[in-house]
Amino acid sequence: MQQNAGLTIGLTRRSLLATGAAALATPMLSRRAFAEPTELTMLAWYGHAEPDVVAEFEAENNVKFIPKYYTGGDNMLGLISQSPAGTYDVILSDAEYVQQLNAAGYIEQLDPADYAFDEFFPEFQQFPGHWADGALYSVITRFGFLGVAYNTDALTEAEASSYNVFWNEALTGKVGHFDWHLPNLGQMSLLNGNASPYDIDEAAWAGVQDKTMSLRPQVGGFFDYGGTFSSLNDGQMLAFCGIGDWITGVLEKNGAKVRSAIPEEGGLQWTESFSIGKGSQKQDLAKKWIQYITSAKGQAKSANMAAYPAIVPNQKGWDVLNAENPDEAKRQGMVPGQSNAMDLIRSGRIKYRQLPLQQDLEAWNDFWSEYKGA
Amino acid sequence: MRKTLSLYGLTFSLPLLIWQLLFFVFPLVFLVALSFWTVKNFRMQVDFDSVNWVTMYGRSVFWKAYGTTFALAAAASVLVSALAFPCSYAISFKLSETARRWAVFLMVIPFFTSYLVRVYSWQIFLSDAGIINVMLGWIGLGPYALLNTVGATMIGYLTLTFPLVVLLQLFSLVFIDRTLIEAAHNLRCGRLRTVFAVIIPSARVGLVIAALFAFILSFGDFVSPIYLGGGDPTTLSILITDTTKSGQQWPRAAVIALTMIGTLLVVAFAAVRFAYKGRTK
Repeated sequence: MQQNAGLTIGLTRRSLLATGAAALATPMLSRRAFAEPTELTMLAWYGHAEPDVVAEFEAENNVKFIPKYYTGGDNMLGLISQSPAGTYDVILSDAEYVQQLNAAGYIEQLDPADYAFDEFFPEFQQFPGHWADGALYSVITRFGFLGVAYNTDALTEAEASSYNVFWNEALTGKVGHFDWHLPNLGQMSLLNGNASPYDIDEAAWAGVQDKTMSLRPQVGGFFDYGGTFSSLNDGQMLAFCGIGDWITGVLEKNGAKVRSAIPEEGGLQWTESFSIGKGSQKQDLAKKWIQYITSAKGQAKSANMAAYPAIVPNQKGWDVLNAENPDEAKRQGMVPGQSNAMDLIRSGRIKYRQLPLQQDLEAWNDFWSEYKGA
Repeated sequence: MRKTLSLYGLTFSLPLLIWQLLFFVFPLVFLVALSFWTVKNFRMQVDFDSVNWVTMYGRSVFWKAYGTTFALAAAASVLVSALAFPCSYAISFKLSETARRWAVFLMVIPFFTSYLVRVYSWQIFLSDAGIINVMLGWIGLGPYALLNTVGATMIGYLTLTFPLVVLLQLFSLVFIDRTLIEAAHNLRCGRLRTVFAVIIPSARVGLVIAALFAFILSFGDFVSPIYLGGGDPTTLSILITDTTKSGQQWPRAAVIALTMIGTLLVVAFAAVRFAYKGRTK
């Protein structure tokens, strides 16, 4: 700032030296006044280390988060494998990648007693993949559902209550795909009636491929994160496969006429959880952060995260959210005592998104490329 | 006679050489090595295995994307050359010295804004409820599907390459010997025939190099096919991102990238050869 000011009002050697010295001295002065905040590195999807989520924790603990944002679990694994151990203190991961993180030795073992699991809904106290041989490696922090995302001007909720709506003639060229095979093919697998959409044998996998291929003429495009937002927002795509409220919720809150429905064939659940990076020098602080964000107070913030909203597993977090922001609690189905997100899970309509169990991930990915190129 | 190396000469040439070694040759060698590595359980392992080459070259998706990308880039370079030529012709032969300077300046202005931003702004024009369709609606037409089409991808390629192609064409048209044109006119050669018989052959080097740049830029472009073409059809750049996005298949992405580099080298050599064909000096 000071140097810029110097540049605009006629720069002399003396003024340059003076401003330079002042600029160099500034950190020293501030260090004298306040203790320098401790830096905590976080590897996460975009939004998790933004001020709306972390500001309070940063102020209370004199911490400064240094985020590194990624898109997708593979991207995350790539970033970790290319960095020396201890680079990331806190790692936010999609649940299906926690096992990969653990197998590769990228995350520390955690002590279950440190975290408020007793406040969690029973379903989330022993989340699959987060525990190995009775040891805890990751703490679930938020989740959401994937179903049929649709434009409310073009489709009714009743129409969007089945994945078959994607084949609707009125939607030809207006069906978009979030460009990632896992959620899209999982939804096709649900539509084909596979009770465990990712645990399917070769015959069922062939069926999923055939079903998916038959959708190809309807598809108007394959979109990344930004493209998905803009094409739903401007009505270019009227229905979207492979996403849910994590995209439409943000748009809806900003006035776009889009929603997500969980169809009768069932929905998928994405799940995010926090781990501590192997070799982190600030494990106590990292633990403190995970305690904070999974506490009732932190969960209410997490549910309403500006980048993308989510449902939280802490029951007391629901209470805080209902007290602070009842509209958002209602919008996301987090009101206790009435039909809510937990009922959806308990009725068996929601399946966890997973890596394919009977096929190689490569087979799914290769098929996705073929589908796109068809 | 060979000139001896001087400190003066080295001072100017060495940084470029080091730059090329560091940021072109070394990454290229690394890319070649990478293409022989293997991936096990999301982790890359140093290896010497041709599996990535065999797998990628054995996949019809790859060849389809290759054909699509090549055809799109070739079409873009022909289209942009044809559209840019009248523009650069007018600037170099019809405008005054001052006006020409202004025209060149105007052609530089698009480079002030990021290409990604320019492509995103095209979405506002091309979407179903966008500016073009709204205006067509006033006269009772449309709406037409403009966005997420091959045509939209082509508009993106033009956005990327048009100003550069005009500038490159301009530099060769401006330096055409005017006496040649006068001679053609004196010999009763018509205007159009002069363009095809005198001006285009004289400016061949610049025109071909301009088209080559259009090809190179379009061939490797990711932004237009994804944000205007809606990722459909798949181009090689999209296939690279697909390959890296799932299962950490960087070695296979390296195979695609090397194939692209090889293709561009062959096209560039062929184009340069054609451009300078018949020139003795």
